[in-house]
Amino acid sequence: MSKYRNLVIGTALASALMAAPALAEKLGLGRPALPEEVAAWDKDVRPDGLGLPDGSGSVEDGEMIFADSCAVCHGDFAEGVGNWPKLAGGANTLDHADPLKTVGSYWPYLSTTWDYVHRSMPFGDAQTLSADEVYAIVAYILYSNDLVEDDFVLSKENFLEVEMPNADGFIVDDREETELPLFTAEPCMENCKDTVEVTMRAAVLDVTPDIGEEAAAETPAEAEVAEAAPAAEEPPAAETAALDPEMVAKGEKVFKKCKACHQVGEGAKNRTGPVLNGVFGRTAGMVDGFKYSKVMAAAADDGLVWDHETLSAYLENPKAYLPKNKMSFAGLKKEEDRAAVIAYLRSFD
Amino acid sequence: MTDKSDPTTTRRGFLKAGLAAGGAVAAGGAAHAAGDPLITEIQPWAQGLGEGVDATPYGLPIKYEGDVVRRNVEWLTADTISSINFTPIHALDGTITPQGCAFERHHSGAIELRKEDYRLMINGLVDTPLVFTYADLERFPRVTRTYFLECAANTGMEWAGAQLNGSQFTHGMIHNMEYTGVTLRTLLEEAGVKPEGKWVMVEGADASSNARSIPLEKAMDDCLVAFKANGEALRMEHGYPVRLCVPGWEGNMWVKWLRRIEVGDKPWESREETSKYTDTLEDGTSRKWTWVMDAKSVVTSPSPQMPITHGKGPLVITGLAWSGRGAIARVDVSVDGGKNWKEARLAAPGQDMALTRFYLDHDWDGSEMFLQSRAIDSTGYVQPTKTQLREVRGLNSIYHNNCIQTWWVKPSGEAENVEVS
Repeated sequence: MSKYRNLVIGTALASALMAAPALAEKLGLGRPALPEEVAAWDKDVRPDGLGLPDGSGSVEDGEMIFADSCAVCHGDFAEGVGNWPKLAGGANTLDHADPLKTVGSYWPYLSTTWDYVHRSMPFGDAQTLSADEVYAIVAYILYSNDLVEDDFVLSKENFLEVEMPNADGFIVDDREETELPLFTAEPCMENCKDTVEVTMRAAVLDVTPDIGEEAAAETPAEAEVAEAAPAAEEPPAAETAALDPEMVAKGEKVFKKCKACHQVGEGAKNRTGPVLNGVFGRTAGMVDGFKYSKVMAAAADDGLVWDHETLSAYLENPKAYLPKNKMSFAGLKKEEDRAAVIAYLRSFD
Repeated sequence: MTDKSDPTTTRRGFLKAGLAAGGAVAAGGAAHAAGDPLITEIQPWAQGLGEGVDATPYGLPIKYEGDVVRRNVEWLTADTISSINFTPIHALDGTITPQGCAFERHHSGAIELRKEDYRLMINGLVDTPLVFTYADLERFPRVTRTYFLECAANTGMEWAGAQLNGSQFTHGMIHNMEYTGVTLRTLLEEAGVKPEGKWVMVEGADASSNARSIPLEKAMDDCLVAFKANGEALRMEHGYPVRLCVPGWEGNMWVKWLRRIEVGDKPWESREETSKYTDTLEDGTSRKWTWVMDAKSVVTSPSPQMPITHGKGPLVITGLAWSGRGAIARVDVSVDGGKNWKEARLAAPGQDMALTRFYLDHDWDGSEMFLQSRAIDSTGYVQPTKTQLREVRGLNSIYHNNCIQTWWVKPSGEAENVEVS
């Protein structure tokens, strides 16, 4: 019964014009946003300083906060780790063959750095820095770019006085004037050129990922990374046969969240986090060549051993389990995810 | 370690396998003396029973299409959380991109945000700052529109030279979906934009808080606050439950998990519109606010991932064309590297800011081809060659590379990404 009624309504609608809805008046939907709600979400900062909160921070403080919160990816001197963004250097390289674009060499407004650090960083632990901490980090990034002295203190009051080297380096899109006249001529259809010679071949460079393989592509520039990539296809060793293969497979998927910083498997190397081979069952903080946080080193001295219970608690909320440790990761909130990733790690014992 | 100097030693096992299988198919299609066993013998699927309904409550492609998936180029980014992958455009046809294989770009990973937990705020220079729930959005007058989304960095790896071997990798940062939602104009009018409001900032709910400034004129023109794509809810990786569509403009502005729209009198100059998505020219100055995606096209097959496996004779050359300035009016195809061009057949008349499929029905003589396509849009813009683009922009632009692409198709049917004079 109702089926037929719907059909009639549908037909009537279809005969109406397919135009944008014309609204005569407001619909009264939604509700007014409360001032505290707007304040909670409206954190953005503009080049003219709009949105900048009260506060200040020194280069000196910034160096320490940066080491704790940023250096795992961006390096102690903002020089960048691996493929992670470099924040310092690159002055006067923008017209070079391979420009290095950093806060110092490229970013036109200091407000952008403040805004981005405040709203979007640290990676995996966003929106946890206080205004003073952000001022300090931004001061340190300026210092890393040789733009201020080591006794500099950045504050709301002196914020607009900082001059960014590439502030005048941008023009508004001019394609309409510079390109459209060139690219709107009637195109040639016949005998448009005499010869066609191959001038460049992708197969020579060969950086295309192999289809059907999960292994990292090897490129001359990234060869080191590729060589260090985990051998994901390695079958689990014999002694781990007791592990549930389904759990291990599920854990491998969960581990994607960890791969940004951790390697595991044959040829794994320390990156922003330590190698995780054999982590299950051993004392914390024991990977050679990895610089642990003070708290992790202290926990190791106290005899912290990574068993199912401790690993699961740590992975659920790394910052709560060991405050001030280096791992910028929000945690695995689902018990099943933690169990799976632990099973996966055990397969590399 | 593969020898990079000699292309014949590259590890393209898939290609060789594809060619071998292709040969078999060609033979199998011909009549055997005793007849084709696929016809003369009763096959299992013609005798037994298939799967019942509900075996798969929400279906995936059949296993034989398991290689038609998004793919990542690992060396491009530091990790997979702030990263990008590529739509398998080489293997698709028509114009709509299924959500499940439409490329992903995340800055802090794809988040799980329930409709019930979703809030959208409009604040700034408005008469009444407002908060909407998902259910509120469903009560506004609704529109359905088809648009392409192209990342500004699509083809960005090709500025300095031919680099990636496959249209998926050279041109796969694109998808085209039919979106359903509410126009941004409708929502802004509900809040009431003050006369001094000239820009809006759109912000996502994920940890990256991606924020982009959009001129009010564009916001009031055709931007769409979408909650459905291709008829179904947005997939998580495409911004469930609500994303913004900014038709014809670079994909980074199509903020996913849209949580806030702020009206202001000036642009915000956020990270994604200053340090990224700005195009550095040869003299070191950089263009900003290069929002519009220029007209562009690519032959999706034949291409490096789609070799010709049937030998000479009838060949379907097909590809995609699009323009951020309007509709595709015409696509030309060349098989000789741009010496001579033929007008391709459009599968349907071009639509504004949506993908257009083109075909050229070709009688291949089995000799090598240098396949190119050239899009012309409704404004008269003609897709340029890479040489033309480099003359204006140099090699360091990263973004907005809309050059004509060349595939060198060998007599064997294999194809390679090349540049030609």
